[in-house]
Amino acid sequence: MTLHLDSVTLTYPDGDRRLTALDRVTLVAQPGSLTAVVGPSGSGKSSLLAVAATLIRPDSGRVLLEGRDLAALDDRDRTTARRDEIGIVFQSSNLLASLTALDQLLVIAHLAGTPLDAARQRARDLLDAVGLAGQADRRPHQLSGGQRQRVTIARGLMNEPSLLLVDEPTSSLDTERGLAVLDLIRRLTTERGLTTVMVTHQRDHLVAADHVVEIVDGRLAGGMTSPSPYAAGAGDPATLTPARGRDAS
Amino acid sequence: MFVALRDLRFARGRFALMGGVVALITLLVVLLSGLTAGLARGNTSAVTDLPADRLVLAAPPPGEKPAFSESSIPPSVQHAWVVEPGIRRADPVAVGMSRASRGERTAGVAVFAVAPGSPLAPAVDDGRVVLSVKAAAALSVSAGDELQLGGRHVVVAAVEGTGEYSHAPLVWASTADASPNGQAPRAATFLALVTDPGTDPGADAGTGAGVDDDALAAADARLGTLTLSKADSLAAIGSYSSENGSLQLMRALLFAISALVIGAFFTVWTVQRSGEIAILKAVGASTANLLRDALGQALVLLVAGTALGTAAAAAIGAAVGGAVPVVLDAATLAVPALTLIALGLAGAAVALRAITSVDPLTALGSAR
Repeated sequence: MTLHLDSVTLTYPDGDRRLTALDRVTLVAQPGSLTAVVGPSGSGKSSLLAVAATLIRPDSGRVLLEGRDLAALDDRDRTTARRDEIGIVFQSSNLLASLTALDQLLVIAHLAGTPLDAARQRARDLLDAVGLAGQADRRPHQLSGGQRQRVTIARGLMNEPSLLLVDEPTSSLDTERGLAVLDLIRRLTTERGLTTVMVTHQRDHLVAADHVVEIVDGRLAGGMTSPSPYAAGAGDPATLTPARGRDAS
Repeated sequence: MFVALRDLRFARGRFALMGGVVALITLLVVLLSGLTAGLARGNTSAVTDLPADRLVLAAPPPGEKPAFSESSIPPSVQHAWVVEPGIRRADPVAVGMSRASRGERTAGVAVFAVAPGSPLAPAVDDGRVVLSVKAAAALSVSAGDELQLGGRHVVVAAVEGTGEYSHAPLVWASTADASPNGQAPRAATFLALVTDPGTDPGADAGTGAGVDDDALAAADARLGTLTLSKADSLAAIGSYSSENGSLQLMRALLFAISALVIGAFFTVWTVQRSGEIAILKAVGASTANLLRDALGQALVLLVAGTALGTAAAAAIGAAVGGAVPVVLDAATLAVPALTLIALGLAGAAVALRAITSVDPLTALGSAR
């Protein structure tokens, strides 16, 4: 499904005035493509992700997912949209402490009302896809940082989303593990035809993106999405890293 | 309950600690409930076991409460009640406290004095008394034995019933034997009424009696009496109302403490989990879903804790039952346990309201 942010403006209260986090931002992300949103801290890139994830309603503008304006939905329908159509990959350590890696995925099926027996095989397949087939029964504190982030990615895919939103996926990982995670996101986007929007502040990660959007002070620098200057190798994980493949940890 | 059950397993130390607190509170409440019931029985069972619908006491002076110790119903009023419409029987009973002895054994007893042949204690006759089981045990007597009752020589006609009054075992005696001078007292403490069932369409469904309250109130007004149900009449036993009031206050405080403790636990637990709650909301969990999950968790904790506490109380009650007046039956075991669960859930529900205010946006740590 195509994501279209149409002239989205978002402001936050800041004392007696309001701070503009997003200023008439327009962005289009296509299925099967990875759009990277890059910018310095405080530039508004996480706000953009929050708006796209329906976690916050913009002051104005539309958030269109295949033509349907998510910003116009009430709280209940926005919750349902997150549950059924959107996958979110948070920064590291956003797993539930009491759940095993397998349960982190099954809870998504539980929320959707899917019988757990039916969902168990899909969850195992996803863990296998992110290279954690042997870690299904481990809890977060028994996993490395890279493994935890891969569980988060698998969890983001459990509801078979059409839109995958990724927030600084390598912020707590070293370079080698970070590139492996990036490799995985790139590959899954292509294989599953996902519309992926990834926020990052690390420019060396842009090699994975089909399109790059730079955001500064809440505004898109250079307008709408533009082809990544690094996109020549996009879609080919081999170009991402010399140490590609599974997280060795 | 998906996350709730896994949380219970994962944080089993914390939940075991809280379950232990619930179990101990349950133990206290159930034992206190059993003691309250046991002491109440020791105070009132002679009255509650009477084969009567209602009791008639002398009307108290204005502004005062009725009291068995102050009640005196003269013969004229006794006779008037017998002929009231809808009254099948009105049996006079004179209540007194006395000492009984046989050989070296003595016991304080409550004496319910009735006319020989009274349907309340048919075996009673002049010189023949009926002892409750506890009175007979205290004096080590059985049917056919002789004893001294208030200085008068009487024979045990029968040993039956478990009645007690004001914590003294019950003895049924004739009015003459209950009087130190052998003269039957003319006044009764109360009348035990048996009303005609089904004679009045306005019959009181609560008592099953066939005479309505208005007719009884009219008779009371004419005769200077006060008619009470057996349950209401218990407050007229001075020792019962003060003792029961204190124990019930303790029970109420324990119930309140349990609700507060459970609420405090789940308040802290919810605050600790707020990050995870935000994540769950961000991935599509509705607030209703999360509340159900959390309340289910509280219910599991409460049921396990109260079951443990109730079982322990039942075991302790069975062990000390002979020495302590504890009554542990379905009412004293189940009612406190169910009340604790309900109040605990209420406390948890108040605490868990915090779930509604958790913003899923906080799952994106850098969003603001």
